[in-house]
Amino acid sequence: MSTRMFGAPVQRSEDARLVAGRGAFLDDLGAAACAAAFVRSPHARARIRDIDAADAVGVEGLIAVYTYEDLSGPMAEPLPLLIPHPSILDSRTPYALAREYVHHVGEAVAMVIAEDRYAAEDAAARIRVDYEVGEAVVGIDAAVAAERTVHEGMADNVAAHLVQEVGDARAAVDAAPNSLELDLDVERSAGTPLEGRGVYARWEPASSSTGSDDGRLRVYSSTQTATGVRAAVAAKLELALGQVEVVVPDVGGGFGVKIVHPWPEEVMVPWAARRLGREVKWTEDRREHFVAAAHERAQRQRVRVGFDDSGRMLGLDVDLLHDNGAYLPYGVIVPIVTSTQLLGPYKPGAYRVEFRSLYTSTVIVTPYRGAGRPQGVFAMERTMDAIADHLGLDRLQVRAANVIRPDEMPYDQGLLFQDGRPLIYDSGDYPRMLEMIAELVDWPGFAEYRDRAHREGRRVGIGVACYVEGTGPGPYEGGHVQVETSGKVRVATGLTSQGQGHGTVLAQIVADELDVPLSDVEVTTGDTRRMGYSVGTFASRGAVTSGSAVALAARRLKDKALRIAADALEADAGDLEFADGRIQVTGSPVHSIDLSTVAVLSNPLRYAFDSASAAATQFSGSADYDRPPVAEGEAPGLEGTDYHSPLRCTFANGAHAAIVETDPDTAEIRILRYCVVHDCGNLINPRIVEGQVQGGVAQGVAGALYERMAYDSDGQLLNASLMDFLMPYASEIPSVEIAHMQTPSPLNPLGVKGAGEAGVIPASAALAAAVEDAEGFRVDRMPISPSELFELRRRHAAGGVPSVPARPSPASAPSGAAADAPAPSSPPPAGAAPPEGPDPSEPPVPSAREPR
Amino acid sequence: MKPPPFAYHAPTDPDEAVGLLAEAGAEGKALAGGQSLIPLLNMRLAAPSVLVDLNRVAGLGGVEVDADGVRVGALVRHAQLEADTAAAEAVPLLGQGLRLVAHPVIRNRGTTVGSIVHADPAAEMPAVLALLDGAVEVRGPAGTRTVPAAEFITGPMETALATGEIATAARFPRPEPGTGTAFVEISRRHGDYALCGAAAAVTLGADGRVTRARCCLISVAPVPLVVDLTPQLAGGGAQTDEIDEAAAVAAERTDPDDDIHAGADYRRHLARVLTGRALAQASAAASASAAYTGADR
Amino acid sequence: MTEEQHDIRLRVNGIPHTARVPARRLLSDCLRHDLGLTGTHVGCEHGVCGACTVLVDGRPVRSCLMLAVSAAQHDDITTVEGLAAPDGTPHPAQQAFGECHALQCGFCTPGFLTLVAAYVRDNPAPDEEDAREAVTGNLCRCTGYQNIVNAVLRTAEITREQDGGAGVPHARPSAEHDGAAGDATAAAPRTEGGRP
Repeated sequence: MSTRMFGAPVQRSEDARLVAGRGAFLDDLGAAACAAAFVRSPHARARIRDIDAADAVGVEGLIAVYTYEDLSGPMAEPLPLLIPHPSILDSRTPYALAREYVHHVGEAVAMVIAEDRYAAEDAAARIRVDYEVGEAVVGIDAAVAAERTVHEGMADNVAAHLVQEVGDARAAVDAAPNSLELDLDVERSAGTPLEGRGVYARWEPASSSTGSDDGRLRVYSSTQTATGVRAAVAAKLELALGQVEVVVPDVGGGFGVKIVHPWPEEVMVPWAARRLGREVKWTEDRREHFVAAAHERAQRQRVRVGFDDSGRMLGLDVDLLHDNGAYLPYGVIVPIVTSTQLLGPYKPGAYRVEFRSLYTSTVIVTPYRGAGRPQGVFAMERTMDAIADHLGLDRLQVRAANVIRPDEMPYDQGLLFQDGRPLIYDSGDYPRMLEMIAELVDWPGFAEYRDRAHREGRRVGIGVACYVEGTGPGPYEGGHVQVETSGKVRVATGLTSQGQGHGTVLAQIVADELDVPLSDVEVTTGDTRRMGYSVGTFASRGAVTSGSAVALAARRLKDKALRIAADALEADAGDLEFADGRIQVTGSPVHSIDLSTVAVLSNPLRYAFDSASAAATQFSGSADYDRPPVAEGEAPGLEGTDYHSPLRCTFANGAHAAIVETDPDTAEIRILRYCVVHDCGNLINPRIVEGQVQGGVAQGVAGALYERMAYDSDGQLLNASLMDFLMPYASEIPSVEIAHMQTPSPLNPLGVKGAGEAGVIPASAALAAAVEDAEGFRVDRMPISPSELFELRRRHAAGGVPSVPARPSPASAPSGAAADAPAPSSPPPAGAAPPEGPDPSEPPVPSAREPR
Repeated sequence: MKPPPFAYHAPTDPDEAVGLLAEAGAEGKALAGGQSLIPLLNMRLAAPSVLVDLNRVAGLGGVEVDADGVRVGALVRHAQLEADTAAAEAVPLLGQGLRLVAHPVIRNRGTTVGSIVHADPAAEMPAVLALLDGAVEVRGPAGTRTVPAAEFITGPMETALATGEIATAARFPRPEPGTGTAFVEISRRHGDYALCGAAAAVTLGADGRVTRARCCLISVAPVPLVVDLTPQLAGGGAQTDEIDEAAAVAAERTDPDDDIHAGADYRRHLARVLTGRALAQASAAASASAAYTGADR
Repeated sequence: MTEEQHDIRLRVNGIPHTARVPARRLLSDCLRHDLGLTGTHVGCEHGVCGACTVLVDGRPVRSCLMLAVSAAQHDDITTVEGLAAPDGTPHPAQQAFGECHALQCGFCTPGFLTLVAAYVRDNPAPDEEDAREAVTGNLCRCTGYQNIVNAVLRTAEITREQDGGAGVPHARPSAEHDGAAGDATAAAPRTEGGRP
């Protein structure tokens, strides 16, 4: 038996190619393609009176200019509402090219095709669009006020409205011995992958292989869903699904923005390629990405909470205002996720959540890594800290009083989740999670550190935030595993990769299933030619859904291999085992057959093409003349296909703790330590999981302290460049200390949970708490910049921002905090003793790393 | 994001370069390091019809250090100047400013003189030039002239260069003996343009008393803002309370704007904090300098 | 209106190339689209992200902030494709990035690799703080930088191992390299030219 690959921190198989400069990203393809550029609206709200391309005609290299007037049939209709939901009152989606109205700066108005991008931009700059400029609706206040509407024919700006309630939350809050009300605010950010979007299409003339008289389309797209783009493009271009192939090359980051499909550009490029009979490519530039892709996060939240004297919630009543931008192509997934995942690891008592999703004259809002969870966690964790302060209790102690215990799993929160299925947590040990984060960050030791820092004139603070993340939603993913006659194993799944290392992780799973060397396994993702049934890469679902699918597919392959091997070895299949690339009689390696030979035997041949295949030809050996060469019920080839369709999401969880220092003079905020406890079930590749956590935390820190979308009241994005949108460099991002928990999921064959988004989710909440702790006043709005912290200090000094009380030193382990909390169902593992109160006999240990 | 078309010239003779620029008039642009100009071209925020590439022009390279100070040719990259130990020794403020200019990769290509000519109110090197009372050597159709720093930058992204003129060198005078300098700034990200920055020069007499003190603030006024703080500090020992008072005076002179990265009040506050820090560092450096410590220490 | 074309000669990864380009062609586009060296990536085209970083005469610069016609005045350009030894042995930085899981999507990686190759050549023994500062100036959206910082340290370590081991200096594509035998920090190619 070779070394088990599942759980091993193996190096990625993708890397050799990528570090050599042999990656194949969208713009690396199609050297001969002509280039597309788009004329985009400079106004947030306008009616198009006229488009005049006369000036562009003389541009050398110009091939074509298209406007809405050139579109017909489905192309002339609005792009689809991808995820319909009963709460949607009025769904507006954009046209492929603007029809009469534009609703945000950056909306595509005309398409230019030219010999190269330089010429395309020259021509685009010469196209005169006559706009009748209207007034924009920017920000949640303006959207709610509805003095004007974003869209024609609407009475207000409410796109969707939903109330979910478990119990009578308002009555519970009113009846509670203690209650609080919080107003919170989170601003916009965006995933901002370093590679923007891109589409490259070519039209292949009809032949008998195209299955139609009008040819076939090959589309390459930098997308998170190959099958989604295929279906959408086929529908828009009125092609049969079989006429459209979508191939997803290397993708330079996605973070959610590339799950939206079809983008206007994603249908226009194939449409133009077909119309021109030429290869066409569009590579989004950075400025376009800021104004024509998608943003996320902006929400206004009002929380009312009622709780008992131990800090246990009795009722939670949340009102959300969600800015969804100018259109709603992705439905209401983000506010639904906020509404449901807000609960985190806690039992809210009675719960009511209401959201209004609002149109504004800005770029669309669709999921960005975390997808509504960072906002929900911000609301819940700010509430936890407020409860603790109100009661004078330790902040971890209040959390411990509210978490769901392991013996309550599976735990039904009574709501409907974003996948349309019940919000039932499958597994997790939240009390232990709290103990571990306290231990990792040395929560009890912080008071001593703070005192020492104070004596040096420094301000430091600590904050913690917890989350539960529903991962791995269905409907399904598929896996196809094939052993070739060379012994190489080819694996395919339909979802796409943007750096998550699927090529390595899925190979690890299959290598274990078949007991073959990892180097013999090769993985294809995101190619509709290899796997036509798939959903896409989002919601931390790759390992859960495709991982499970390829495991199941490998098991199907194994069953088949055993039948063939049993025949060949004249043994009972039940007596056989897989070992080192062979099938052998259990415990008897001399009675064995190579998997490559099984592959040869699985596919009876007439024609040989090499010595291995000769063994499968019709005169090559003994044959049973009473049976057909391919037995009834079998199919040729040593391969297996299967799908994993999870019952519902599996719920990962974790806790982050941050220690920050704020400069008393300049209000600069520096992170001294950042600690993560993370439970994504069984780890397939710890190295990759840690990379996901580190990258997620970096985006979380970015969203908390650096990034925002600065719109003015006219709907102009003032920071549409990486100069002014402050994506952090290495100098701004802390090292992350990670401790893993592994609570397996019972909902999939691997016991895994998703890991892709977790790192980003609680960062804003943890950092807000830490800054608040350092400063001694309430922080209820993120992100926060030094300039804003300076303003808060002034307002606090003037009495306009409430103080938070001095935090008590935690005297005992968080899990034992609530007097009547039941004991944990199982004792903590060895080496993980709950933190205890300061022992006077021990010298104090500095807990926070000294600043560099 | 591709540049618009332009006619391109790469002359080797300075007079040819000047002639080409003069001929192009307002439509002409000179290219040195390009680290400010090319982003503007790529975003089509600048669209010159003629680009005169100075990179092959003879006589514009070289760092010369003499008794007066440091003369930096128009094609000297920031990194080249930063690595020049003789220049650093003669004018320590050069290195103190250069290390704050963007990132090393930008400094590998960007030129110090180009940065001065670009005249961004948040840029460090114009402040270094201004604080030191340096000058810019200019060559134009009418010949050469030397423009004092105080007259060179006339507004945000505006200089005294006339059409057809190029800056051929910048001169950074040696500070008088007993002078210490410092440059501190705060930016949102490492390497970004500063929210506010302060350069300071403090000169101590043989008795250890301040004889001259000045600061130059960036990002809080349309041009690098030089404030003479000699009246506040002269004769004193640069004690904390004296510095605080001087910093307050400097901050009052600023005229910052609100922008998406910081409010005006915060910038004014930073001007005070950073002026204080720069003055303290500069006076410490002055104390440590050989001119003051003398042989008896 | 016909745009004037310029015939330029570029020496890239030790190989002379010719191209016919308009003056406005960015070096990044020239490398990628005229010479087919698509390993150099374009992430922002305003000099902030660093994905397009290449070595010009051994020094890292932004190829999106350089015109191809200006680049032709220089002696030598090295892209990510030119970092490995002629026999295909990965450059220490390439090896280190894989070992340290310093890349995820891989889009920014070529810019980091050229930067780190030059940095470690000039700074053979960085500490962690140096390493972090060395890569500040290039953006990565996936990794959170921690493993990139580790990879800088590992690059230096591999380089020292190689120099202290078989003594095979890492091959440099540039024939014009000074070839100093005593250069103990074999890493990125560098041509010491008489640049102004």
